[in-house]
Amino acid sequence: MAGLTISCESSRPEDTRSLGRQLGIVAQPGDVFLLVGELGAGKTVFTQGLGEGMGIREPINSPTFVLLREYQGRLTLYHYDLYRLANVESTVTREWEEFLYGQGVSAVEWANRASELLPADCLLLEFLIESDTRRVLKLTASGERHVALLSSLHCS
Amino acid sequence: MTTPTVNILALETSCDETSAAVVRNGRQVVSNVTSTQEAIHRRYGGIVPEVASREHLLTVVPVVEEAVEQAGGWEEISAIATVHGPGLAGSLLVGVNVCKALALARDLPLIGINHLEGHVYANWVIDRSTSQDQPPPEFPLLALIVSGGHSELVLMRDHGNYELVGQTRDDAAGEAFDKTARLLGLGYPGGPAIQKAAEAAAEQNDIVLPRAWLPGSDDFSFSGLKTAVLRLMSGQSDADASWIAAVAAEFQRSVVDVLVTKTVQAAQRLRVRSVALAGGVAANRPLREGLREALAIPFYCPPFWLCTDNAAMSASAAYYHFLQRDFASGDLDVQPGLRLAA
Repeated sequence: MAGLTISCESSRPEDTRSLGRQLGIVAQPGDVFLLVGELGAGKTVFTQGLGEGMGIREPINSPTFVLLREYQGRLTLYHYDLYRLANVESTVTREWEEFLYGQGVSAVEWANRASELLPADCLLLEFLIESDTRRVLKLTASGERHVALLSSLHCS
Repeated sequence: MTTPTVNILALETSCDETSAAVVRNGRQVVSNVTSTQEAIHRRYGGIVPEVASREHLLTVVPVVEEAVEQAGGWEEISAIATVHGPGLAGSLLVGVNVCKALALARDLPLIGINHLEGHVYANWVIDRSTSQDQPPPEFPLLALIVSGGHSELVLMRDHGNYELVGQTRDDAAGEAFDKTARLLGLGYPGGPAIQKAAEAAAEQNDIVLPRAWLPGSDDFSFSGLKTAVLRLMSGQSDADASWIAAVAAEFQRSVVDVLVTKTVQAAQRLRVRSVALAGGVAANRPLREGLREALAIPFYCPPFWLCTDNAAMSASAAYYHFLQRDFASGDLDVQPGLRLAA
């Protein structure tokens, strides 16, 4: 499968949000963003930007406790969080599949907890904490559409 | 004129507690039966939605039967209330479908309750710890709803009338407690763990964490606090128990400071007559005490057992729907993302 990897730097939350916003503006139905990184690395901030780019006006909160939040913008955004799940398999394969492979845009926090179960055609974002404020975001696109999406991105 | 007696049976299955209660005239707890799944989920090391639904299925009938029996049998019940959101879809489905079937079989009116509305009405419930003739909260009322999934300020001008004043822009207060407890290695659930660690902290310490005031807005933000704790930890090579206790204490002070100050400011500006605290984080002692001290108007907070999920609070809320003849039809569906106010 075609793949592409690039790295971006973020020196403050606004950089991470702006990256999300850029991708949100061009996101298409069925796009899947898998977010991997420690607590406080910027996964929710990225998703907030993604939602802004998709024209969602309401605040995008952390879905940790409710597991999934749904927002309506230009497209539907499904914001998942696997942080609290013990048995990820039973949840991901049944309740969420129709969304993940549907016409909305999905952002999955703590995606590394279910990597084999999530779509292979995706944009994987790894958030690395370099220092108090600096993050390195490693973006890996799999599949033609996600490669095209990542190619359109401009980052510092 | 005497009020006719209305006993409402409510069922709550929105997350990992199966709870049924009968409440009389919106305030008197006649029965309250709860079966908790906490031990089961702890064994798995987290929540398992499929297991939660299955456990609800196993326990729901005995829990409802026990609550009804303690209340004197079905002939005492005037209506059935079900929590239809927000919550886990599979868990909500169990409660909603059982209640729909019971309402049909017993020919009783069905009432749909929002889980968050239930939390607010925990402040109406009278139990052994509250005075039996305690007057109900007066409107307009400002409710601070704080739990693992929510942090909202909601204005109530009357029963059933909810207006969103402020909400979290990122993490909920309870989530901030849980995640910070995890960062500090204090265990789960994070609220009680942080509170306990903080109680052991020295009075004086030089640890300072930020407060997100968000001037000009009634919104909250707690995710920066988590990052600030991370930053403190990366700069501390020997994080012993006393240092961790000091961080826990400062973290708790930061959350409580912001919640108390912003709630008091909003209450003054909106000229409300009372303030009510609701949700799981309402069990936090410094938050309860902080609000009580800072407010010059009547302040309500539920007894500890009514802060966590329970059906008594939903049965209380349902009474005011009952008075308005606000009944649900047989096609009431679960709404996992249901909101209280826009």
